[in-house]
Amino acid sequence: MRVRVLYFGVLKDLLGAERDTIDLPGQSTVADLLAIIEARKRTQPGLWKTIAVAVNQEYVLSAATLQDNDEVALLPPVSGGQEEARTDVG
Amino acid sequence: MLVEITNTVIDTAKIMATMKAGPDGAVCTFDGIVRNNTRGRETLFLDYESYEAMALQQMKALAAEAATQFKVRDIALIHRLGRLYVGESSVLIVVASAHRGAAFDACRWLIDTLKKTVPIWKKEHFVDGAVWADGEPFPDEIVPAQVVEG
Repeated sequence: MRVRVLYFGVLKDLLGAERDTIDLPGQSTVADLLAIIEARKRTQPGLWKTIAVAVNQEYVLSAATLQDNDEVALLPPVSGGQEEARTDVG
Repeated sequence: MLVEITNTVIDTAKIMATMKAGPDGAVCTFDGIVRNNTRGRETLFLDYESYEAMALQQMKALAAEAATQFKVRDIALIHRLGRLYVGESSVLIVVASAHRGAAFDACRWLIDTLKKTVPIWKKEHFVDGAVWADGEPFPDEIVPAQVVEG
């Protein structure tokens, strides 16, 4: 089967692409897909543990099983809205 | 309920005016604007981007949840994308309610939750370089994916 993968934020820069298509054996899980992507391109340690995954625009757990033609989005920690000062006062 | 993602300027005054109705005793507004620095580094502009279809769906779900949970009458939740300069509004939240307590609570919950769960990211461009803003860790119910070891 084949899934469509979307990269956002810092992942897009690190992987050098916004989207990808990846072939997988049937019954593959989200974790299997992440292992394939990680093996292709080494990034900083710990990055993958912060990533959330959405399949067809719904957050899923890493054990979720993928289907042919799924849209899988890899989402770094989100930073919408207005930035809260972390070290400044006020 | 007004929930939007836009690439143009958010007209805060106009939206606030349209949100007022007879039963309301309070309209609470949060206007998130671009600050001129992050931890002392001088900001030129921010570039916001999103996974737009999912972001809009998540924002609609948040607005509906806030309306139910805090029992407020109406909510506007608008996020702007693209390049924003210092002082411009990136997010506007307006909550109209019979009573101020619920309006304050809903407004606070909406911005705090949006910042943790809605798939929007920003790249901060400083006078001396650019970085993707550190996001907040996802909440426990959105368990981060773990790559299988080995």
